[in-house]
Amino acid sequence: MFVIKCPYCGERDQTEFACHGEAHIARPDNPAEVSDEEWGEYLFFRNNPKGIHFERWTHDHGCRRWFNVMRDTVSDKIIRTYKMGDQKPGVQDV
Amino acid sequence: MSNQNRTMFGGRIDRGQVINFVFNGKNYKGFHGDTLASALLANDVHLVGRSFKYHRARGILTAGSEEPNAIVQLGLGARTEPNMRATEIELYEGLEAASQNCWPSVNYDVGSLNNILSSIFPAGFYYKTFKWPPSLWLFYEHFIRKAAGLGYSPTAKNPDRYEQKFYYCDLTIVGGGISGLLSALAAGRSGCSVLLIDENPELGGYLLDYNFSINEKDGLKWIKNIVDELYSMDNVRILKRTTAMGYYDYNYLTALQKVTNHCDQLSKTTPRERYWRVRSKKIVLAQGAFERPLVFADNDRPGIMMASAGKKYLSRYGVLPGKSVVLFTNNDHAYQTAFEFNDKGAKISVIDTRENIDIRIQNKCDDLGIKLYSSSSIISTSGNKKVNQIEVQKVDRKQNELSGECITLDVDCILMSGGWNPAVQLFSQSRGKLKYDKVLNTFVPDKLIQDQIIIGCNNGCFDLSKNLNHSYQEGLNAAKDLNYEVAHNINWKGEEEISFTESSVEPYMFGKKKVTKGSKHFIDFQNDVTAADIFLAQREGYISVEHTKRYTTTGMGTDQGKTSNVNALALMSHIHEKPVDEIGHTTFRPPFSPQTFGAIAGRSVDHLFDPERRTSIHKWHEENNAVFEDVGQWKRPYYFPKKNENIHDAVKRECLAVRNSLGMLDASTLGKIDLRGPDTAKFLNMIYTNAWSKLEIGSCRYGLMCNEHGMIFDDGVTTRLGDDHYHMTTTTGGAARVMSWLEEFLQTEWLDMKVFCTSVTEQWTVLSISGPNSRKFLQELTDIDLSKENFPFMKFREGKVCGIDSRVFRISFTGELSFEVNVPSRYGRFVWEQFMHHGKKYNITPYGTETMHVLRAEKGFIIVGQDTDGSVTPMDMNMDWIVSKKKQDFLGKRSFTRSDTLRSDRKKFVGLLVNDKKTVLPEGSHIVEKALKQPPMKMLGHVTSSYYSPILGHPIALAMIKNGMNLLGEKVEIPLMNGKVIEATISDTVFYDKEGNKNNE
Repeated sequence: MFVIKCPYCGERDQTEFACHGEAHIARPDNPAEVSDEEWGEYLFFRNNPKGIHFERWTHDHGCRRWFNVMRDTVSDKIIRTYKMGDQKPGVQDV
Repeated sequence: MSNQNRTMFGGRIDRGQVINFVFNGKNYKGFHGDTLASALLANDVHLVGRSFKYHRARGILTAGSEEPNAIVQLGLGARTEPNMRATEIELYEGLEAASQNCWPSVNYDVGSLNNILSSIFPAGFYYKTFKWPPSLWLFYEHFIRKAAGLGYSPTAKNPDRYEQKFYYCDLTIVGGGISGLLSALAAGRSGCSVLLIDENPELGGYLLDYNFSINEKDGLKWIKNIVDELYSMDNVRILKRTTAMGYYDYNYLTALQKVTNHCDQLSKTTPRERYWRVRSKKIVLAQGAFERPLVFADNDRPGIMMASAGKKYLSRYGVLPGKSVVLFTNNDHAYQTAFEFNDKGAKISVIDTRENIDIRIQNKCDDLGIKLYSSSSIISTSGNKKVNQIEVQKVDRKQNELSGECITLDVDCILMSGGWNPAVQLFSQSRGKLKYDKVLNTFVPDKLIQDQIIIGCNNGCFDLSKNLNHSYQEGLNAAKDLNYEVAHNINWKGEEEISFTESSVEPYMFGKKKVTKGSKHFIDFQNDVTAADIFLAQREGYISVEHTKRYTTTGMGTDQGKTSNVNALALMSHIHEKPVDEIGHTTFRPPFSPQTFGAIAGRSVDHLFDPERRTSIHKWHEENNAVFEDVGQWKRPYYFPKKNENIHDAVKRECLAVRNSLGMLDASTLGKIDLRGPDTAKFLNMIYTNAWSKLEIGSCRYGLMCNEHGMIFDDGVTTRLGDDHYHMTTTTGGAARVMSWLEEFLQTEWLDMKVFCTSVTEQWTVLSISGPNSRKFLQELTDIDLSKENFPFMKFREGKVCGIDSRVFRISFTGELSFEVNVPSRYGRFVWEQFMHHGKKYNITPYGTETMHVLRAEKGFIIVGQDTDGSVTPMDMNMDWIVSKKKQDFLGKRSFTRSDTLRSDRKKFVGLLVNDKKTVLPEGSHIVEKALKQPPMKMLGHVTSSYYSPILGHPIALAMIKNGMNLLGEKVEIPLMNGKVIEATISDTVFYDKEGNKNNE
């Protein structure tokens, strides 16, 4: 069970959080203009990497804020947590 | 005769305190400090249970938590526990225990026939035999489960209390042996907060049973001093009788503390067990090692035990398990046991597999008159319920087989030692990597993954002085890492009578000899896995360790292979002629030992299992005979039966009251979200399928929410209270989900939108009054003008109701003239009672959720989650009218043009009227074109809602039917579970007041 550093509250037990899958998937600005394929990509397709993964979490039993987590799916180490809207960290930040 | 195997003196038991206990219905006596196993051995009881598969007689193999054989049913009635290790059960007055897996008794067990027939029960027997025909498995299973069971579970409710504790500290040390104690001491002296966990009732570990000195002084006294000092430190917490069960990511450790299990009087205030959830900065593993059995013919008879166990029974409990004893060993360390047995008056001989034995040991054996058979092996044992004779033969090293003359010895006890396996279970759980040590012939820790330290025998080091110094040093290092001012280092010198030095273990397998026919070489005692089974698995292609484990079941069961794993791997290595490293090992998983569900559940049982939410009127409902229904976590009145009324009578009365005069529903559980901010209208436009820009202040609008797949996921009425202020309602069950949904988009997609959402579900009590008399009735209690002209349908007004500031919404879920009166929750019951009082002349009738369902179904109003199931679009529900064509975008819109959502044969929401005018269809029933004798039949859809309508006098149903809107008036059939087939006709979804005049009156 992880210890997760909420960008607003600090380190807390995983039981206070919920994970919501891959991060940095932006909703298309104008859905009417995207093809079925592009829309399907947005709706259904997610990365499942062995290694660095970016995911969305919420501090449900705390501040209820959404934030992003950069996690290594092999070691389960959380490399970084950052606020929504913050720049996506690069591998060089690891 | 009692306690005939007890020595005159010695041991750490309290001979002044006699304890009476019962085993298999017979009374025995033991002493305070005994375990059930030691007390049984003291009373010369060796036959303790029957084995899992062959029902072979089994005794006590070990003296600790690794015990595979001596597992018993402990306690009676509601407190009975199966599969308890006799070697861990502390004796208490009145203890009752019994053997498992035997009938009619452990002495005369019918199941032992399996042993005679064992040649037809090899590994994989059940897989091979009971696979065909598949339909008969359920029949076989009943008998197999009965025959191969262990203990039984209690059938009564558990009377005890279990607690959970969350704990945070610098350092958790698992194991209170000498290594753990010294690490704790070093860290404790340096000021760290330390948690020390040990599964035994006494700290000190295995050294308590051995002769040793520290700095040339008596070792036991020295241990006592350390323990005393640790207990005196405020920053050190010690948990005895506590087993570390799971080691998870980020140094999260769970441990089970047996708080009162060993007491004869269970306290009402103290929990029976406490489950610890510990998060520490560092974890020190100091769990020591388990002695490894030797594999030889019929090595499982009662009277055969581990050498270290024999030593523990003798030294700690003052029990001599045999008078005529043989030690079978491949290492020096076990000789201490032989000397101790000799000293206490047993006649002992030693069989050592090794050719070259330390000359000092040979000399000492000579001095003591101990007969030593070097380079020899036990090749057979006999004795039905206890070992009584063995045969010994020389090992021919060149031929790798046994040869020469067989010597027969009469014995009543065999002590065996095949070396030691570090207890790497927790280390492995923590993702630590293991490596095979060729000197120790076992797996030892290699690579550490977490912020952890592994010390002592647990780390594969068996040198006392090294362990003392390393453990203390590691305690200091941990303190230094955590920025504590470190205490002084100390150098220790420890000496054991005989050390388990590195050079002295010889890998020993029984050799490629001709095994005596009919004998069994047990690898896994608990699961009855023999060497022959491992051979068979390899022959049949189950070569990977994971496959061998699952095919033979070695390493499974309640002991999880603590004594068997390494021998199984060594045998596989022998068969494949490959190093053990290349064979690999299976993965250890939590828990380390069996643990109770009670402890895992803790206090989350009965009414504390899930929070219960109650409205402010709940007490009134209770006082007025409401039957409750769970809706999410809410308790809602289901119906209010009067004397002698059943649910049908009550619902009929309630429904008619609403249709004919006045009814009242407690609708407080409805989700309510207060929305504020300049962008709220824009936000609602994105969230709901319909348009919100032009909604005036004081107006209400019904809205549907879809997810991005275009599927309906919630609905409700939202009202504009002010310029930038809205009041949203959601379904009862969907309230939290909707709140999270809104927050998700505000926080992750539209960060620039200024909208603030606040849940106000519990702040408002909602009294929904409905029926033709509702206006007349409410007008008498409010200063709001309720006239049709001044308060039309779908409007909102504020004012006093019964003198309380209220919000009144003119919306309707029944199709009748209705008002939803919202009052601050603290006035909820007051206003409800005022309504009940003043409404008497209108026969005001409180109604519950069932009546609510019937009334809305009569109008064809949907319930999200009942009529919809997450795969339904607004168009499927014929709700195109609520989907804006003008809006550029809203959640779900794009998916409405996906090919699947555009399919013309999608299921549509329709009404269904049974042709017999009396059958109320079961909800969920399948609808077919034509019912056949048996499937397959052409499926059209299913019934989503179904009730008897009192106002119409016949049943009504709602359904999802393929292409249903084009089938209006068509006949369909509904086959029921009881074989009957009901005919019905597809209709539209509005059954009552089709023109919709009633709520506009």
